[in-house]
Amino acid sequence: MEYKLQIKNMNFFYGKSQALYDINLDVPKNSIMAFIGPSGCGKSTFLKSLNRMNDLIEGTRVEGELLLDGNDIYAADTDVVELRQHVGMVFQRPNPFPMSIYDNIAYGCRIHGTRQKKLLDEIVEKSLHRAALWDEVKDRLTAPATGLSGGQQQRLCIARTLAVEPEVLLMDEPCSALDPISTMKIEELVSELKVLYTIVMVTHNMQQAARVSDYTAFFLNGKLVECASTDTIFTKPQHKQTEDYITGRFG
Amino acid sequence: MNEQITRHEYIQELAILQQRVSAMGNASAEAIKKAMQALIEKNKPLAQQVMDEDDRIDDMIVEIENRCLLLIAKQQPIAHDLRIIATGFKISTDIERIGDHAFDIARTTLELPEGATDTQEHFRFIITLADCATKMLETAIHSYETADITLAEQVCRQDEEMDRQFAQAFQECSPLMSKGAAGVRLGTQLLFIAHFLERIGDHAVNIAEWVIYLETAERIRKAKK
Repeated sequence: MEYKLQIKNMNFFYGKSQALYDINLDVPKNSIMAFIGPSGCGKSTFLKSLNRMNDLIEGTRVEGELLLDGNDIYAADTDVVELRQHVGMVFQRPNPFPMSIYDNIAYGCRIHGTRQKKLLDEIVEKSLHRAALWDEVKDRLTAPATGLSGGQQQRLCIARTLAVEPEVLLMDEPCSALDPISTMKIEELVSELKVLYTIVMVTHNMQQAARVSDYTAFFLNGKLVECASTDTIFTKPQHKQTEDYITGRFG
Repeated sequence: MNEQITRHEYIQELAILQQRVSAMGNASAEAIKKAMQALIEKNKPLAQQVMDEDDRIDDMIVEIENRCLLLIAKQQPIAHDLRIIATGFKISTDIERIGDHAFDIARTTLELPEGATDTQEHFRFIITLADCATKMLETAIHSYETADITLAEQVCRQDEEMDRQFAQAFQECSPLMSKGAAGVRLGTQLLFIAHFLERIGDHAVNIAEWVIYLETAERIRKAKK
């Protein structure tokens, strides 16, 4: 099996406080992996460390190896901007920029130096198609993105991330602020996108993890308790802690 | 993680479901015993009572199915919880069939020719079969109640003994078949009862296999007859 991400003996610290303990995890290419676990278990910290978003927080420290296609994400010569182009992120709440739909999508490409109008047009259309939003917005690309519904805004944010041609999509509870229909649209979209990307998704929605992901990793108190195929985790987890969590035995 | 038990009602509902399945199993075991007593004692009112009481077992399965469906619809059960519900459906179906066979035995009792003199002798093998089937069923239900896989495996092994007893029943009935029309009629009815008991043993094995699945998530291969 080909792995897009490989994490070996990873520890993570916020100052003196350790948030993640000895994490070992492989994410297969073109798969969807869900991270589940109670609040504060470290899953979002782990997700953010995959594109070095935690670098922005002072006093954080990472130990161990985090490899993207075999290359160390935390190597001294890693260009973080380039890394984040390869490893895109979609956040919990849709966060469109206060500009037009078109400019939201073109923003990243412009930053990376693409200026040609024709090329940008193509990228915007392709990204919106991939995010299953094109048909809904094609006639109002110059309208403000903030006028879209919550679900449309989140798909816009996904399209914005896709515009810079990433290889990995990190999603931090991408549906938690959305209604059920928008949630289903995002879930369908995610399932379609895995053909092109490797997706890692944090979710508090157990059924979402079960519906969408190929693999599920359960975190508890900063440790990775268990990672296996989603079919296994939801039918026959190895650890009692996992079963207690997925069946809602603990609050 | 705060190790406080949550979902009290859900957990209680699952426990109630298992209690209902268990109660249904015990009701079917009771029905077999009564049907056999009616047969041996030629007690036709008791046979009629067994037939009347089958409705109660049929009502129980409807209640169990409704509980299973509600739990699926409302609670999104997974892992062991889901297996409690899946096996709730399957085991109650087997139990319902067992109840039907108790009904069949009782009905056959009502149809036995009056004044048959030599039936007691031929009841011997039926009684042996019935003891075997009842024991298998009771053990299977007990294994379900106590989540005891060893007991469930024991039931699966007893199936061979049951089959041996059933083969024996055929031989035991042969002399009856040569005693004219009345003998043929009696022999046929006793063989029917033997067949019902053999089927009860098979359903007990099914239940035991579902208990193993419930507790281990492993399906065991069904032995081919």
